[in-house]
Amino acid sequence: MHQRRLWTFLFLIIGTSLAFAQEVPQAFRGATVYPIDGEPIQDGTLIVQGGKVVALGKTGSVAVPSNAVIHDVKGKVLMPGLVDTHSHIGDGSGGDRSNALHPDVRILDAIDVRSKGFRKALAGGITTVNVMPGSGHLMSGQTAYLKIRPANTIYDMLFCSDPVNGICGGMKMANGTNSIGEKPFPGTRAKSAALVRQLFLKAQDYQAKVKAAAGNPDKMPKRELEMEALVQVLEGKRVVHHHTHRHDDIMTVLRLAKEFGFRVVLQHVSEAWKVAKEIAEAGVPASIILIDSPGGKLEATDIRNENGVELEKAGALVGFHTDDGITDSRLFLRMAALAVRAGMSRAKALEGMTIAGAKMLDLGNRVGSLAPGKDADFLVLSGDPFSVYTHVEQTWVEGNKMFDRGNPEDHEMAVGGYDVFRRSLYLDACEGGAE
Amino acid sequence: MRMRRRTIVTIMILSLLILSSLPAQVAIKGETVYTMSGAPITNGVVLIKGNKIERVGPASQVQIPNGYKILSGKVVTPGLVDAHSVVGLAGMLNQTHDQMQLEKSEPMQPELRAIDAYNAREALVEWLRNMGVTTLHTGHGPGALASGTTIVVKTVGGTINEALIDSGMVAFTLGESVSQNFRSPGTSAKSVAMIRTEFLKTQDYLKRKGNKDPEKRPAIDLKMEMLARVLSGQTKVLFTTQKETDIMSALRLAKEFGFKMVLDGAAEAYLVMEEIKKAGIPVILHPTMVRPGGDTRNVSMETAAALQKKGIPFAIQSGYEGYVPKTRLVLYEAAIAASNGLSFQEALASITIGAARIIGVDKRVGSLEPGKDGDVAVFDGDPFEYTSHVCGVIVNGQVVSEICR
Repeated sequence: MHQRRLWTFLFLIIGTSLAFAQEVPQAFRGATVYPIDGEPIQDGTLIVQGGKVVALGKTGSVAVPSNAVIHDVKGKVLMPGLVDTHSHIGDGSGGDRSNALHPDVRILDAIDVRSKGFRKALAGGITTVNVMPGSGHLMSGQTAYLKIRPANTIYDMLFCSDPVNGICGGMKMANGTNSIGEKPFPGTRAKSAALVRQLFLKAQDYQAKVKAAAGNPDKMPKRELEMEALVQVLEGKRVVHHHTHRHDDIMTVLRLAKEFGFRVVLQHVSEAWKVAKEIAEAGVPASIILIDSPGGKLEATDIRNENGVELEKAGALVGFHTDDGITDSRLFLRMAALAVRAGMSRAKALEGMTIAGAKMLDLGNRVGSLAPGKDADFLVLSGDPFSVYTHVEQTWVEGNKMFDRGNPEDHEMAVGGYDVFRRSLYLDACEGGAE
Repeated sequence: MRMRRRTIVTIMILSLLILSSLPAQVAIKGETVYTMSGAPITNGVVLIKGNKIERVGPASQVQIPNGYKILSGKVVTPGLVDAHSVVGLAGMLNQTHDQMQLEKSEPMQPELRAIDAYNAREALVEWLRNMGVTTLHTGHGPGALASGTTIVVKTVGGTINEALIDSGMVAFTLGESVSQNFRSPGTSAKSVAMIRTEFLKTQDYLKRKGNKDPEKRPAIDLKMEMLARVLSGQTKVLFTTQKETDIMSALRLAKEFGFKMVLDGAAEAYLVMEEIKKAGIPVILHPTMVRPGGDTRNVSMETAAALQKKGIPFAIQSGYEGYVPKTRLVLYEAAIAASNGLSFQEALASITIGAARIIGVDKRVGSLEPGKDGDVAVFDGDPFEYTSHVCGVIVNGQVVSEICR
């Protein structure tokens, strides 16, 4: 009873502060601002109101409303909230291994918004995340694009407005050894591709029947969840997020995408450096992961931190992902910094953490850069985004401060400690195990 | 004419052969040289002759003799010391045939020797070496009550004989992983009971071994022999424990049987620092970025700083990884500690001289001093910065890497 009362109280407070953020403009003054879609602004001012960016520019050149709450952020660095294109936070699950392909399964039906994973992500500056169903399937289900807002239920985090029939995420696919196994799983790479092609041919057939019905309910084919989701993929409305590592597996993805005309984002792409030109020529974006040593599984033995620079040189759109728990959401900025270490440009690495990821999730108009009209999702950093000594000091989501390292509880979330990641008496919120 | 040219060529080849057979002579110049045996030297020089350090000092006082190969960088440090790894027993591929760090047939096999399993040519050894690690404490991993021995190696050499520099410790573990790997022990209390039973057996074995009548002495038992070395203090126990309760059990066991111990992992060390300090036990701390899950769920990035403040000797390890990435890098782990309360020099000590002391090889490695091994790492900036590079690695006086990574 006590706990419930406490929760109600907390939500009242959050609700009130939300309303507050909606009404009163806030000005963040004096920081170096990285808008991402423009040059960095020294001594910049950012104005936000109603959860949106209202204005930004050089301090003095931006009109600060007289009723604005002023935040002095002199000496700090401001940049957009980070976009993680591939994560497993939220304690969700996906395909259940009853077969290799589960286009009907939605991870949004299985996410715990109270999972500590979301708070860890905020501590790392992540504000938008593509939560994926787990690995080990050719198609493990529909992903969910989430904004890490204060949430009581999953509806508070979704970007989409219709969780039942809308498009609230992408479609997770995988190839290579990840999805190879005992029946009903494929035993070889060629069989993997054949199973996927067969299913997409079926979906094309279903799509044709829907088209032929021309809106006439009597002529519509029987509803099939798997087919409906795949038609969205074929129509380019739902993006495929494809786990792939080896150069030949990457080529298989490009071939399938071309054959069926679906939109795809390559995820992991360990051997991207071998086929960067082919990836760029196909116009396919790639979200990479950087790890501290190669191997750990056969597909990742030839992974290189030079993937970022090689893809950049080839002209491909490059993003990053944590694959949390493979890497820790709290250290997401570190990944872009390691890409810079390996030769990627600072500008492209910053884009990779923000706007590139946003574009990969079809959210480029909402998040990923600081521009008037876009969501007021931004970070206050203590220094250069690529320095090991820099900390995420504050994370703001739609004008609300969601993380503050100065607050002892948030500080613990950033560094860890006794019982920090304990979720309840019965279950520890340990992310991980996924890939 | 023709004769003369041939003579010149012969002389050139001969002189090249003579030069290459001379002991390596290397000079490393650094804008800042962290010797770890005194204050950092601005514009310093490290001279190496053969496989040992010859001189260290400011450029104004140390002349580089002719014929020395010169390397230079912004920052020069001792070759890095990874205080605990399983690399060389565990390989990059993560397939059954290259995972030799844990034998699961029985929970207590201290007699398994790391020298019989270390693959000096493992690709991950090269990976660590290229990132500045020159000394590696590796061997049998956590996950069994006693999994076998560890060794201290240099990250060079084609065989164990060429790589080995010290005999290491015996790896013990208390924690969830033991119960996951074996049917019994299934609980922490059973684990402790089983360890105590084996040490009591060893005490009895030693008593029988001391019998004046050779007929009444027991047959040589490899397990008992290894545990006897532990009881006599010849070999230390590397005790992997993460939870406070298991740390306390390890301390209790060390006291009961009087063995020498180094605590390993110790995710919850911050809860019992007073007890660890009183016992005088050093800590080889978990990687700073270890995933907070299972036994390490209460891990904190600030533990290194807390141990430093408390005055408990510690090192930072790369640890054991079962999946991706297959190994961590102590350089990166110390960097995160340095951004979470540890000073730059303290963090560097945790992967150089501090680590060397705990694994017992500080007479040879861990600092830049005349007479010590010629192990050096060269950086193009602050070693801990993500965007700096390891640009030179020297092991035993040999330049093994000159590519910036």
